[in-house]
Amino acid sequence: MVTIAVKGLSADLGGRAVLTNMSTVLRSGTLTGVIGPNGAGKSTFVRAILGLLPALEGSVTIDGRDIAGLSPRDIARAIAYLPQGHTLHWPLTVERVVSLGRLPHLGPMSRVGEHDLEAVRQAMIRADIVHLSGRTVTELSGGERARVMLARALAADARGIVADEPLASLDPGHQIDVMELLAREARQGAMVVTVLHDLTMAARYCDRLLLLDRGVLVAEGTPREVLSAERLRTVYGITGYMDMAGASPMVVPLGRYRDRQEQG
Amino acid sequence: MLENASPTRFARPRFGHTRRRALIPLLLAGVLVVALASMSLGPVSLPLPRILAAMSGNADTVARAILFELRLPRTLVGLLVGGMLGLAGAVLQGYLRNPLAEPSVLGASNSAALGAVAAIYFGVAEWHVAMLPLLSIGSGLVALVLLFLLAGRSESPLTLILAGIAVSTLAGAAISLALNLSPNPFAAMEIMAWLLGSIENRTMEHVWIALPCTLLGAALLLHDPRALDALAIGEDGARSLGVDLRGTRRRLLAGLAIGVGGAVAVSGSIGFVGLIVPHLVRPLTDRSPSAVLLPSLLGGAVLLSGADILVRLIPTSSELKLGVVTAFLGVPIFLVHLLRERRSW
Repeated sequence: MVTIAVKGLSADLGGRAVLTNMSTVLRSGTLTGVIGPNGAGKSTFVRAILGLLPALEGSVTIDGRDIAGLSPRDIARAIAYLPQGHTLHWPLTVERVVSLGRLPHLGPMSRVGEHDLEAVRQAMIRADIVHLSGRTVTELSGGERARVMLARALAADARGIVADEPLASLDPGHQIDVMELLAREARQGAMVVTVLHDLTMAARYCDRLLLLDRGVLVAEGTPREVLSAERLRTVYGITGYMDMAGASPMVVPLGRYRDRQEQG
Repeated sequence: MLENASPTRFARPRFGHTRRRALIPLLLAGVLVVALASMSLGPVSLPLPRILAAMSGNADTVARAILFELRLPRTLVGLLVGGMLGLAGAVLQGYLRNPLAEPSVLGASNSAALGAVAAIYFGVAEWHVAMLPLLSIGSGLVALVLLFLLAGRSESPLTLILAGIAVSTLAGAAISLALNLSPNPFAAMEIMAWLLGSIENRTMEHVWIALPCTLLGAALLLHDPRALDALAIGEDGARSLGVDLRGTRRRLLAGLAIGVGGAVAVSGSIGFVGLIVPHLVRPLTDRSPSAVLLPSLLGGAVLLSGADILVRLIPTSSELKLGVVTAFLGVPIFLVHLLRERRSW
């Protein structure tokens, strides 16, 4: 079990305020989607709750302990992070990359043990990349690479997972796979937070949504509470076809909302 | 998602595994071979029985003098400097995630060379044999402080490279100034000769200067190899894996300044070893930055000592300098390697 409490969090990037006075609580067993237009502060928010970005004001606590007082290793053991972009600088094999996820558990001189290998193996099965294990990651397709990086985060066996746009460059089938995987992790007790752009995916799989706009948390709650035609217009500046009542909620963007300025 | 995952197919991928396991012992054997060759080859050839006789103490004084006063220090300095340069190159390529990185990128080589040049220019080098190396190490450390001030708190490798180029260029300009203003052609010649790099006529004093510096430097550089692996997924990725990036950077830069400073202090600036050795050993490993470190250290020692043997054996009218040989040796090896490997970049 792990709980992240965010209180009055503000953060800036290069002197520009990106996140203003944000408060929320992220709990175990919950898949939380962070949504909002580009530049809304989604990535800044997830980086700040991991201590990757210093908070300008406010506090972030993991299980009641302020992250400012936690070592990077303590945070890494509690929460795994999947950064945006799937960067990889060396042509490493899939298995080597996934094993990087075990780093928070290894001392500088200790060897990789059976337990670590088992965690790596399980992570590769969960992300469906076992058949790729000997391949070089830089030679894989974008979708395969995304799943390798996801397996890398899963291998940490952390109680929380924070994924920044895990669906980018995935085909619809693998998007569904990744969302089901994250939902399953949450059902099994993990605290899962993911930045998403696909609102249908967000509506369908997330237990809770955080809607950010220009650094401010404008709505928080179940997908049904957060997603509305009104918010699509005011936050995203679009019109869309929405069906939130059925068992499979759907949000399909239709066009730009043209009269945003005139109607205020 | 689980349907087509068959756990039985998950054999540990051990392609080329035996080759990888054999790498370190092979390189160690290589070090032993070049060390022995370096002891026995030269203008006066000493066959192995004569070396053994000299070591057991019951040999001719000539053999003993050549062995212990000339070749032993030279061999040890060659191994220390080569190992240090190879390791520093491997660490920097991993840390900066740049295959072009080598010890000179961050100004470590040039600034250490500047201290030595100043020692020659102002005549301080003549006071004592240790003065030149000590000034060299000192100026390497000053450059390190400058590098920290210039790079500031930024964690991006690019900022560090740019700051390093600034420091390196400044030191290079000061070296040129010393050549420009040198009081007589002999001083200029001496500076030039030193800049070309050589480990000829080294004494045990040089070994005692290089040894602690390279040991301390190597210890700092080898402190946490896994941090370099973590950096393969970027700075945020590495930090989210629990890596203390600031501490890593402090240790690496200090190790570089002390280790490379100590190496350059006794050998002059010797290029290419730090650049090419990691590239040569990388395909023989799993290519992760941590796996390249030790092989690069050993490979650097082999390459530099091998080049030094060539320096002694190639008959030329005026003595060949080691830095020249490593460059001529390095470029073709590097090009062949590059043509074969460029697919994977």
